Amino acid sequence: MTNLTHFRTPLRHTPFHPRTASANRLNRWGPWAGCMTSLCYGDVDMEYTAIRNAASVYDLCPMVKYRVTGPDAADYLNRLMIRNAAKLPVGGVHYTAWCDDDGKLLDDGTLFRHGPEDYLICCQERHLPWLLDSAQGFDVQVAEITEEIAALSLQGPCSASVLAAAGLDVSALKPFRMARFPFAGGEITISRTGFTGDLGYELWMTPDQALPFWDHLFAAGAPWGIRPIGTDALDLARIEAGFIITNMDFVPAHQALREDRPRSPLEMGLGWMIDWEKGNFTGRRALLAEKAQGSEWALVGLDVPGNVSAEGSILYHDKKHEAGFVTAAAWSPALKASVAIAQVKARHAGGDNLWVEIYALRELQYVKLMLPVRVVERPFYNPARRRAMPPERV
Amino acid sequence: MPSFDVIVIGGGVNGLACAARLAGKGRKVLLLEAGAVPGGGAGERDFAPGYRAPALAHLTQGLDARVLHGMGLARHGLAFDPVATTVLAGQAAPMVVQGGQTSGPDAAAFAALHAKLSAFARVLAPFRADKPPRLVAEGQPWGRLLRQGLAIRGLGRDDFRELLRMVLINVHDVAEDELTDDRLKGLLAFDATLGAWLGPRSPNSLILYLDRLSRGEGPLWPRGGMGALARAMAAAATAAGVALRCDARVESIFTEGDRAVGVRLVSGEEIRAGLVVSAINPRTTFRALVGPRALDAGFFRRTGHIRSRGAAAKLHLALTGLPDFRGGDPASRLVIAPSSEAVEAAFNPVKYGEVPKAPVMEVILPTAREADWAPAGHHVLSAIVQYAPHAPMAGLEAARSELLENTLAVLEAQAPGLRGRIAHAELLMPQDIEARFGMVGGNWHHGELAVEQMLFNRPLPQAAGYATPLPGLWLAGAGSHPGGGINGAAGWNAAGAILEARA
Repeated sequence: MTNLTHFRTPLRHTPFHPRTASANRLNRWGPWAGCMTSLCYGDVDMEYTAIRNAASVYDLCPMVKYRVTGPDAADYLNRLMIRNAAKLPVGGVHYTAWCDDDGKLLDDGTLFRHGPEDYLICCQERHLPWLLDSAQGFDVQVAEITEEIAALSLQGPCSASVLAAAGLDVSALKPFRMARFPFAGGEITISRTGFTGDLGYELWMTPDQALPFWDHLFAAGAPWGIRPIGTDALDLARIEAGFIITNMDFVPAHQALREDRPRSPLEMGLGWMIDWEKGNFTGRRALLAEKAQGSEWALVGLDVPGNVSAEGSILYHDKKHEAGFVTAAAWSPALKASVAIAQVKARHAGGDNLWVEIYALRELQYVKLMLPVRVVERPFYNPARRRAMPPERV
Repeated sequence: MPSFDVIVIGGGVNGLACAARLAGKGRKVLLLEAGAVPGGGAGERDFAPGYRAPALAHLTQGLDARVLHGMGLARHGLAFDPVATTVLAGQAAPMVVQGGQTSGPDAAAFAALHAKLSAFARVLAPFRADKPPRLVAEGQPWGRLLRQGLAIRGLGRDDFRELLRMVLINVHDVAEDELTDDRLKGLLAFDATLGAWLGPRSPNSLILYLDRLSRGEGPLWPRGGMGALARAMAAAATAAGVALRCDARVESIFTEGDRAVGVRLVSGEEIRAGLVVSAINPRTTFRALVGPRALDAGFFRRTGHIRSRGAAAKLHLALTGLPDFRGGDPASRLVIAPSSEAVEAAFNPVKYGEVPKAPVMEVILPTAREADWAPAGHHVLSAIVQYAPHAPMAGLEAARSELLENTLAVLEAQAPGLRGRIAHAELLMPQDIEARFGMVGGNWHHGELAVEQMLFNRPLPQAAGYATPLPGLWLAGAGSHPGGGINGAAGWNAAGAILEARA
């Protein structure tokens, strides 16, 4: 037992690490699912600008991935998840979520259908015990393959142009579809998906293809100012897009220590995904009861006056009674507005007489602001190019 | 085809009780039994040509009084004879125990202990007669709980304190505290752990003794045997209007629109009803009959974790003559458990999948009461032998022959010459009991009766009130509160819950 050295490298390197490390001029790293990931390479504003105005590359390797195969794969996923996996066509991708028996969220993620009996789940947290328990009685194999796949997210209005320059013609690829493309004697998979609310693609390959592909992509993208981005810039983009993140906007039921923390899909604005007609799924009966009784919480988008981010702030009704809290907030450069994602008690979801108490740090001194907020639709930022067919070329 | 309000799966004691109560309240009930006759663990079987023995259970601590009277079983010919206990230990003279009465140096101490434990059992008994209390306020029968709580408090300060001290204690400590005679300590230890996967030193073993006392004061023999009990219950159920179908094994429970709406038999026949009530094993009900698709993943996982280890084997011997147990009354219950330590020592090996060298056992000679169960002058011996490994390391057949050999050696020591009179021997291991009676793990309570699987945890918190997460499906078997033991309370309570819910 003397040769154990895992404690010397508490965070794994992704297959792109040689490139991300040399590009990370600030040495700003953070942990994500056990991996070292760049929070910022050099300048968060330039990185954000690449997402919205050029082409950005985010290392997606730490995203947790499970492969589900077998004759019962569709039935299994329909019992596991709230959306109808059987209706997802081969070559399709959809956003979905899954719950415990009480109808409380365990995670959300994307589901890729590679074949009639071959699916891939991509999500934030690890769930193998739950996925295996859920497989009891189903003819399926469930395996975690996080480390078998290297992935990059290429996002921005120039992303289709960059891919074309790289010899990958994705012009026929519709949003939430994927296809396989030849690369260097092998193949990679490209899906028109992303977490920025912009035109973008996710590129899936084997770890041995990672470095050659990175070099090829950056060479092809140079004319468009392609730039690696860190989590800070991505987080700003995802807030503008109104996307939620597990453990940032809600606590997964299996991790929550406090009884009142778990949230249902109805409470997190994911009710539109639930297929009530597909048969039983885990949590369905609890969700039906919640639907009948009314939910306790609601997720809302907020327009906050001024330019101070409302991150972590508490919301009040009539400036007096606590009504909820902000889970994500930012000054949006695209909208020139301060926006926030918040959980509020369901009766305040309309936003009437709703206030946010912001502690603004001004030169070592907190200043307390009590500002009226307006409930607005998410996504806050929703450019037409996100869904345009064929994709915009610049 | 006639349509039914309710289908009850499983014609055991609880299934019969549940079906009869529902039919008595005007429901159209179909009772489906997989075997050729109803009764489940209560039955009889010709295990060798000319020799008949109880199929599984051979004594009862008594049917639930509500079942007995509610079904009018006396009118259908059911009567019980109390059975005294004869304790056999080493070379000592047999000792007779009837209730709290016995002889020897501990006679007074045993009477006092019996009186104390019986008083505890009396105040706990009402909990058997309804749905278990819940851990949430909603739907709680506060009035009943208050009455039951006051009854417990009515024991008086000292006895109430004594109950709280003892309720979760192990029976070995109680025996050590209260008694000196190893024979009585052995009897107490044996009776507490009979049918359990526990030794006398295991935590919480005394509560099983209290549970036994709360079912009845002492062992009873149904006149005519367990088969007669089953026949009387079946006749009463039929008279109440229950349609009873035997040789009808249910293959699956089918659902429509998130509701159990009927059953499919192995023959392929489908029968529909407004409600499906399962009086068979809960684990089998959920995992084999319902399946994962209609149940949530967390609940389905838990159904696989209902602990159900059986440690009791059943011995049937065909004897060419009456064995002599040192002059012990052959019509009594003969308990061979020389001391509490001996019971514990018999339990230890099964933890490792091994067979005890000197098993402990409860022996009856049914032919002392039912002479026609064997050819003239011949006899039948029926014994519950503990402990048998539920997962034998050496394999089932090797464990069976080793346990049979060890059991016969113990019997021979108490009844010299017995081995020479054996015409036929049958030893049912827990695995055989599972295969014959559908008791998972061979546990005759259809899930271990242990503190952590009692009340609101029996068989699972989400299905403890007889209703299950699947609308239209109810439980009524021994796997539900308050457990089994040829008693019928679970089935009777389930029917009550169904009627109360107007389901």
